Amino acid sequence: MIRDITLGQYYPANSILHRLDARTKFIGTMVFVVSVFVFHSFFGYGVATLFLAAMIVLSKVPVKFMFKGLRSIIFILMITVVFNIFLTPGEILWHWGILKVTREGLVVAGKMAIRLTYLVIGSSLMTLTTTPNQLTDGLESLMKPLSYLKVPVHEIAMMMSIALRFIPILLEETDKIMKAQIARGADFESGNIIQKAKALVPLLVPLFVSAFRRANDLAMAMEARCYHGGGGRTQMKPLKYKGRDYLAFLILAAYLAVGIVFRVVGL
Amino acid sequence: MGIIRASKLGFDYFRYDEEGNEEEINRAIDGVNLDVKAGQFVAILGHNGSGKSTLAKHLNALLVPTEGTLWIDNMDTAKEEDLWKIRQKAGMVFQNPDNQIIATVVEEDVGFGPENLGVPTEDIWKRVDESLEKVGMISYRKHSPNKLSGGQKQRVAIAGVMAMHPQCIILDEPTAMLDPNGRKEVLKAVRELNEQEGVTVILITHYMEEVVFADNVYVMDSGKIVMQGTPREIFSQVDLLQSYHLDVPQVTLLAHELRKEGVDIPEGILTIEELVNALCQ
Amino acid sequence: MSIELKNVCYTYSPGTAYEMHALKDVNLTISDNQFIGIIGHTGSGKSTLIQLFNGLMKPTSGEVLYNGENIWNENYNLKKLRSEVGLVFQYPEHQLFEVDVLSDVCFGPKNQGLTKEEAQVQAKMALGQVGIPEELYQKSPFELSGGQKKRVAIAGVLAMNPKILILDEPTAGLDPQGRDEILNQIAELHEKRGITIVLVSHSMEDIARYVGRIIVMNHGEVAFDDTPKKVFSHYKELEKIGLGAPQITYIMHELKERGLDVDTTATTVEEAKESILHVLRGGGKDSR
Repeated sequence: MIRDITLGQYYPANSILHRLDARTKFIGTMVFVVSVFVFHSFFGYGVATLFLAAMIVLSKVPVKFMFKGLRSIIFILMITVVFNIFLTPGEILWHWGILKVTREGLVVAGKMAIRLTYLVIGSSLMTLTTTPNQLTDGLESLMKPLSYLKVPVHEIAMMMSIALRFIPILLEETDKIMKAQIARGADFESGNIIQKAKALVPLLVPLFVSAFRRANDLAMAMEARCYHGGGGRTQMKPLKYKGRDYLAFLILAAYLAVGIVFRVVGL
Repeated sequence: MGIIRASKLGFDYFRYDEEGNEEEINRAIDGVNLDVKAGQFVAILGHNGSGKSTLAKHLNALLVPTEGTLWIDNMDTAKEEDLWKIRQKAGMVFQNPDNQIIATVVEEDVGFGPENLGVPTEDIWKRVDESLEKVGMISYRKHSPNKLSGGQKQRVAIAGVMAMHPQCIILDEPTAMLDPNGRKEVLKAVRELNEQEGVTVILITHYMEEVVFADNVYVMDSGKIVMQGTPREIFSQVDLLQSYHLDVPQVTLLAHELRKEGVDIPEGILTIEELVNALCQ
Repeated sequence: MSIELKNVCYTYSPGTAYEMHALKDVNLTISDNQFIGIIGHTGSGKSTLIQLFNGLMKPTSGEVLYNGENIWNENYNLKKLRSEVGLVFQYPEHQLFEVDVLSDVCFGPKNQGLTKEEAQVQAKMALGQVGIPEELYQKSPFELSGGQKKRVAIAGVLAMNPKILILDEPTAGLDPQGRDEILNQIAELHEKRGITIVLVSHSMEDIARYVGRIIVMNHGEVAFDDTPKKVFSHYKELEKIGLGAPQITYIMHELKERGLDVDTTATTVEEAKESILHVLRGGGKDSR
């Protein structure tokens, strides 16, 4: 179903990971992503797995939510795996006609699959434990230095957080519009590419009209609540690093150090 | 002196053609006078297109009159420098619950207004707690607005306005998109704010049942105020109301019809109890 | 023409934490030339129900039959079903998309395979039946008033010549005048074209005035399915499920309790007036 998109779907729970500063989690996710590429042995991936598993347990988010995000990349994942299995040269294990499977191919495919999966799970973990607003606040704060370069950091962050709020609403609306047009005999499935593209017009026009209307309404509602840009604003949840954040940074540093050491010694 | 005063208010919508010349002028508000006392519950009634929503937007200085003057707590809404003070004093709740909730968590949305006002962090939390408590939504503070019912979303929107500590709250058809249960929830919350917190309420609606409890009712038609009075005074003129495309609660209509047939009951019956008492003397 | 639901269940996200039973063992028949009202509060399963009628949703278990044939049989022509069972959703904004009113209404007939000319004939007829004057044909549907948009949306489905027309809250967001106009036009369609109408509404007052049969949904089950008078005689039970009856029902019961021998089954203002006048002018219920 169209609503099953975990990215940006906060899962409320009371865990240490939920309480961590969004900036910490953002940097943590970055470190994890880097580590997945730094590790290049299955032993190394074992360490990453342990780390990820520990974080999932700490987050108190049911495991199945982590895997939900994978559904959206399953296609990319399959293609990557298949290409790597068949196209990597090396010691041939099996072959049918021109198709051959090599030992190296299997290894590369396995690594790619692990990397992609961990990337998605790692970032899902962040979005599941951080409200989109905290996330944008965190990003805003991390990007603050850019505002000296006249980058409208506050505005970008505000746009992101509004996008996050309205994406689920617009997805639901897309669903409803599709149904309304199917009830009028519209066909979104059959036909060639041009016919399919043409069939989207009755879906896209109402969707855009509605999105503009919502944008207009929202702008008015924000003005009515005295929104006038970032200047003079205070924050309900100001970002402040706490003891647990420093602890988290220590652990992250140690984790990254392990990765680098592994790489150096060739494990 | 009333908290909201309007004198000969007029507003024109201009429509321009492709060259930017005036093509059409649409008079949305025409010679409106208002005087709302602090603490009152005022209802503005009118069919779609009667100008009531345009009037509502003036009360929050989202629109500025093209004629006449509007004062909110003695501040002229046409003066740019008082804009934010006016919007803080006269908070506004809109029709579509989805299009006025900004944050993805209930409590963060309620905090949005105070944040814009530059309220210190600790006070924001106090205000958020109080406001959510007042509308009965405190147990939903960590929820996503998307998972709430329409009535709950509107109550969050009301809390969002209350957190700005306004003196009056303007509700522009807040129940038009809700089901009957949601409508009841929202009205109950609004009445409680008026009675217990003394907040001045301006309720804009076309549902007649919702104005029965108002202190004062204004009826609008083609931009003008055409009727004004207590609910009883208004509802005793059923034929006139119907000529403005409004209908009255069934009980009022029934009483009116019976009276026309010569039954001896008073005009302007508002509740079932009143009708039954009148008939069973 | 009939739609029949046999032991229909519908479950959202089965097997997950969000599992929700929207419909539980529903049995219903909608037959020729009826005017039916469906009521129930939000989440009672009524919107799921109407989407089962034209095959937009597939039941988790049970059967949906149209003219005795299971619509989920292989090779069943769902497209044809959807043109015979027309469904108009609540928000006209979800379907209006063309540059002008007439082309928008032509969308349905064209999807049925009609030529442009044939489609226009159908569209003009439908627009006429919902009272959209010719001056508006070339206007953009986005410039219309709320009531007009709604009527164009209804015409968009009507132009496909449905045998059964389902309307999801056609009066939501309209003012009293807009509401009465739409409901009267729908009633006229029922009378003149003999179309079966299924009206989903929150308003007991509206439903009582027009329909001959009411289906009350509660927690995914059919709570009542009867004539308005019989359904509203259960006003206390209706209240328990958060619905209640028209104000008139309460007035009449209250009067009866106070010793006035009025007809408690009256559901409209006219009926109530007649009954009260009758009693006040000295006639008892027995002498009628």
